[in-house]
Amino acid sequence: MWDHEIRAMASSHAIIASSVLMATVLPAVAVQDFSVYGTHLLWLYLVAGTVSLVNIAVFWLLGIGPPTKKHTLGSKLSRMVRSCLYLLLSCLFFHSVVVLYGAPLIESALETFSLAVLLTSLTTLRCLCVLGPNVQAWIRVFSRHGAMSVWDTSLQITVVCTVVGAWVGALPIPLDWDRPWQVWPISCSLGSVIGFLTGLVAAPTWIHYHRKQLTYKCK
Amino acid sequence: MKRLPILSLLLWVCAVFYVGIYLFVGGFLLVRLEVNRTSTCGDVLLPGGEQRDFCHAKPRFRRAVLLIIDALRYDFARFDPSNTRPRPYENKLPVLQEIMSLRPSHSRLYPFRADPPTTTMQRIKGFTTGSLPTFIDVGNNFASSAILEDNIVHQLGQMGKRVVFMGDDTWENLFPKKFYRSLPFPSFNVKDLHTVDNGILQHLYSTMVGDEWDFLVAHFLGVDHCGHRFGPDHPAMADKLTQMDGVIRSVIDRLQNDTLLVVMGDHGMTDTGDHGGESQKETDAAIFLYSPSPLFPGPPAQDEPDVVPQTDLVPTLSLLLGVPIPYSSVGQVLLPLFPPHQLTEDAVTGLSQLEALWINAKQVNRFLETYSSMAKDIPPESLSKLQAEFTRLSSHYIATVQEAAGTSPQRMAAVQAYLTSVRDTCRATWARFNPLKMATGLVILGFACLLCVILSELSCVLVMELRLLKAPVVAALSLGVFVAAGQLLSQGHIEVAWCLAAIAFVSELLFLWSTCRARVSAVAVNGSKVHKRACWFGWLTPRHLLVPPLLVPLLRCASLLSDSYVIAEGRVVTFLVFSLGLYIPIHLNWDGLLLPPSHDTLKPVGVQPSPVLSPSAVRRESTTLLGCLGLLVFSLYLSLSFHGCREEQGSCQPSPFLSPLSRLQDSQLKNLHYVLSLASLGLWTYLLRYWLRHYGNLNSSGGTVFTARWILPTLCICLGLHWAVSATPEDSFRNLAELISLAQLALPRAAFCLLGLGLFLLWLDPLTVFVKARAAATSRGSSLPLPCYRASTGISPQAELHHLIPQIYQRMRRSLEDGDPIGGAEEDGRPAVEAYGLGTVYSAPLLLFCGLLGIGLLLLHPEGMALSFLLLLLEMGALLHIHASSMTLNCLNGVVSGGFNVPWTPIVLWSLAATQFFHATGHLPTFPSIQWGAAFVGFPDGHTGTILPASLVTLNTFSSHILFAVGCPLLLFWPLVCEVRGGRGGRTGGEEGEDAVMEMRLRENPLQFSSALLQLSTRYLFIQGAQVFASVCAAAILRRHLMVWKVFAPKLMFEASGFLVSSGFLLVGVSLVMRVDVAVGRWFKRLLPDASR
Repeated sequence: MWDHEIRAMASSHAIIASSVLMATVLPAVAVQDFSVYGTHLLWLYLVAGTVSLVNIAVFWLLGIGPPTKKHTLGSKLSRMVRSCLYLLLSCLFFHSVVVLYGAPLIESALETFSLAVLLTSLTTLRCLCVLGPNVQAWIRVFSRHGAMSVWDTSLQITVVCTVVGAWVGALPIPLDWDRPWQVWPISCSLGSVIGFLTGLVAAPTWIHYHRKQLTYKCK
Repeated sequence: MKRLPILSLLLWVCAVFYVGIYLFVGGFLLVRLEVNRTSTCGDVLLPGGEQRDFCHAKPRFRRAVLLIIDALRYDFARFDPSNTRPRPYENKLPVLQEIMSLRPSHSRLYPFRADPPTTTMQRIKGFTTGSLPTFIDVGNNFASSAILEDNIVHQLGQMGKRVVFMGDDTWENLFPKKFYRSLPFPSFNVKDLHTVDNGILQHLYSTMVGDEWDFLVAHFLGVDHCGHRFGPDHPAMADKLTQMDGVIRSVIDRLQNDTLLVVMGDHGMTDTGDHGGESQKETDAAIFLYSPSPLFPGPPAQDEPDVVPQTDLVPTLSLLLGVPIPYSSVGQVLLPLFPPHQLTEDAVTGLSQLEALWINAKQVNRFLETYSSMAKDIPPESLSKLQAEFTRLSSHYIATVQEAAGTSPQRMAAVQAYLTSVRDTCRATWARFNPLKMATGLVILGFACLLCVILSELSCVLVMELRLLKAPVVAALSLGVFVAAGQLLSQGHIEVAWCLAAIAFVSELLFLWSTCRARVSAVAVNGSKVHKRACWFGWLTPRHLLVPPLLVPLLRCASLLSDSYVIAEGRVVTFLVFSLGLYIPIHLNWDGLLLPPSHDTLKPVGVQPSPVLSPSAVRRESTTLLGCLGLLVFSLYLSLSFHGCREEQGSCQPSPFLSPLSRLQDSQLKNLHYVLSLASLGLWTYLLRYWLRHYGNLNSSGGTVFTARWILPTLCICLGLHWAVSATPEDSFRNLAELISLAQLALPRAAFCLLGLGLFLLWLDPLTVFVKARAAATSRGSSLPLPCYRASTGISPQAELHHLIPQIYQRMRRSLEDGDPIGGAEEDGRPAVEAYGLGTVYSAPLLLFCGLLGIGLLLLHPEGMALSFLLLLLEMGALLHIHASSMTLNCLNGVVSGGFNVPWTPIVLWSLAATQFFHATGHLPTFPSIQWGAAFVGFPDGHTGTILPASLVTLNTFSSHILFAVGCPLLLFWPLVCEVRGGRGGRTGGEEGEDAVMEMRLRENPLQFSSALLQLSTRYLFIQGAQVFASVCAAAILRRHLMVWKVFAPKLMFEASGFLVSSGFLLVGVSLVMRVDVAVGRWFKRLLPDASR
């Protein structure tokens, strides 16, 4: 039914996923001793930055975004400012949630905040791209009948996968295996990236197999 | 309401759980078999048929003094001259260093390694029998029973040596009537630093100078008690150790040449002053040996042992004093104390190294043979290996003796290796399991869990036919009697465990079968035969099991199988509670219930007509829900700062609130803590009373209201005063010392009495309803809507604010009259009745009960825990409100809810919160972390019995389990209590009559009430029981794991006793609800004739 959209989504997701893989593999050429564990924060910020850029580019190119009434420079500017503000707030929100979940408050604040930045770039940024700076719409999307397009459904799937991945990533931290990936926040960031990748794969697949059942209310 | 059947059903489920736990624990924690044989002088054989009765030979030492300084850690005894700024426990025993440098061949200081469990009684058992006491003995620390195994005190007595004992009265219990003279002093009061030590000092020197002794034991407790009370890093410890230094000096001055002095600690202590575990700080005590005559061949040599195991003391002392080594000792002699060469002519020096080793090896081998013939738990392969090794050694030894060749170091090393391997084998095997019992226990527990789920799923069906229980139980009981008779006939004695197992198992199976049949018939009656199978197994599919509310307990149970997660349990549980708490609004939002649907173009589409939907009500409920979620998160996060620390958690600091106020030295900090605790206590009371007043439960004059009005505040004042008194330093207010000690005794006891009185009154008269007859309102036609909230005037200004539920009585009367064929009286002209607090008639007494109990339990905790208890109350409230709001949101949006059923999510949260606050009140599932101080609240001088202190400590340990279990039925009432709030705002047309009913709905639907109560209790029991089952599985599967005695076995014990306590108090809560129900029924009966007159 939405074959065109699904194809577009699959290819765009493939681009995003490959950009994540590139951000993991390529810097090893430029940076000495680059590894996911060793220089974790660098990798984390590279992934976050790449995903953000590629996301914005893809969604801009595909022309997916919130419907806007005004196209003046002022309104665009205000939307930009609000988006930036939302990103910052979302970083703070994720940071505080992670701290409440039991991350150390002061000790490794930088690591915790980096994780929050990563989560923001994987989830909030996509929300901003698809829905615009509109919290009401965000809340609406995450309900059973809230999705209004294929992109909304894919947003649901990827965001849930990312967050669940980060949550699952926290589970092995207390184990006494003494592995390098158990260091805070490596397991969580790995979990969220893996969850994100899973979501990228799962979203078009799921939509493809359920395309008969999917009905969207018009906006 | 079906009271008795429900209670008996719950009781039966609990009993089945208990039997399962009993069976498993009986199979898992078996005691090492005690060998009740004693060594005699005749049976020490030298090789080659040469028999020498060495008992009559002159021993190396005629007398010995054993100074035991309880908890003398190795680093307390060391002296480091380069340490210029010693800690309070460092460099306080310079005498040892002085002696060692002055007379190096007369003295030695070694680390003295105890075997876990490092509790005093176990250690005394260990170093007098030379054996390895097992885990199960830990429980005997309260009532130490006499040692039946062969031990050195017995051997000395047999030899006619006069053993004089003074000090810790544990010895007197362990060795009743074995001493020539005994001066025991009470040991249980850990706050008392001086009684035992001063008592010893009064008698020690005079005894030593006299000649009325051969073996003198003096057991000082001051250092240990100082550690328990203040921790090692406290000036009091320095004083105590300095005193001990003086004692050692004086004893050394009075020693004679034929006397051996042993100064030793029985165990060490952690940095917080506790012991019982197996960290190195707890196991490594010090041992100092000295004699005025040369003891060692020379100054310390290279080949001396680094560490002396505690079992080695017994054989060494025995051979030095010329008595047989106790029969079941597995230690080896301390070789440096014996002369290296065989000097048989020189009788004064006694046995040589080789002889001593040989006697020792022979004795150990004999014990091994006896033991392996009695019990089969030592693996046969290692046993035969040891035997072969011994045969080889003995042939070598005989050859050596016959050739009269010199001792070769290799031979001695081989004997030593043999002894060490025997010891290691014994240590490895003395955790003996009974797999059959364990498996039976596991199966019974598993079935009990299944039973709980089935009961909760089928509660509505089962409530109709509660007689189902009778037949299975009767059949099972008769089978149990049959089994017992069979055992009696075939074996001659009854093994209770197996009879109980048979009863439990058969009753489970029969009950399952009969519920199955009942279910089938119920389905058949309903006419939906097709779905029979689907209904029965519908909830067993992965799709139903993997929803978060069941996934979270699953994760929790899985986490019990890993030692890392058990160690980090406090944080793990908090994490899970937080996750599940966040899941609630997300799930509501997913269902589109959190926010009112937008009122734009969507509405006219109107796929589902929403009957009672009002956006403002929805918004208010959502706000409440999110606000309470915030409160929940807040209290979860703060509760993390009240955790204690396990020894396994390396870089962990225990919460500063855990230490009692009297330990704090900074007076400003002390005051701050005190004020904080007092404030939270006050807030606790205020919140309770505010709630009761808000719902109009403080108006009547019954026992409960008296309790709430007077006993509750008085209790708080008592508690505050008690804290103040116990926090005063001992040396200030010297002239008031008597008053203070009196207050320490009287205040907590008064609080206990008040608590008992309050609970009694609460039970006696649980109604909090105040009735006021109002002037007749004329229009009482049943068709007319009745006024819902009318603020009445004239009672009290307070009452204006209260919720008045005037027409509950009307409704009740009508329903009563409907059921009653006789009373068909007219309704008109009757005076209207207003009843205050009828809407919360069930929850008010329960809440008050919880509140009173909470204050009582707080009394048993350190003062700082008041904050944590306040958090507990807040979290309880938050959970209840979240549950109520989500129920209301579901209802407001027209989602049909089945009766009063409580869904899984709040129950899971509730039971996880119990575990969470177990940790947040400073408890840990380890034995050293038990807060023994609770036994002395109100009994500063110790106890005579064991039941009272044990129950006080149990109450202290499981206080959060108790509070959450008693409060469990609140989950059922809270949505009804909060209903009025939702109803008042969203009132439209004829709905108001429905909305004001609150808990009276339960009276109207007694059957649904019963089934919901049954379902709630069984679900709670299931969550708790599943945790027990998981830890039982962990203990069974990982029984050879490295951490089993350190992590899994204590966890199992704590989880099992937690289940016992929570199930017991759950029954208390449920029966309180039923008590209220009876009272309400009587109240209506009384009201009916009154009003119809």
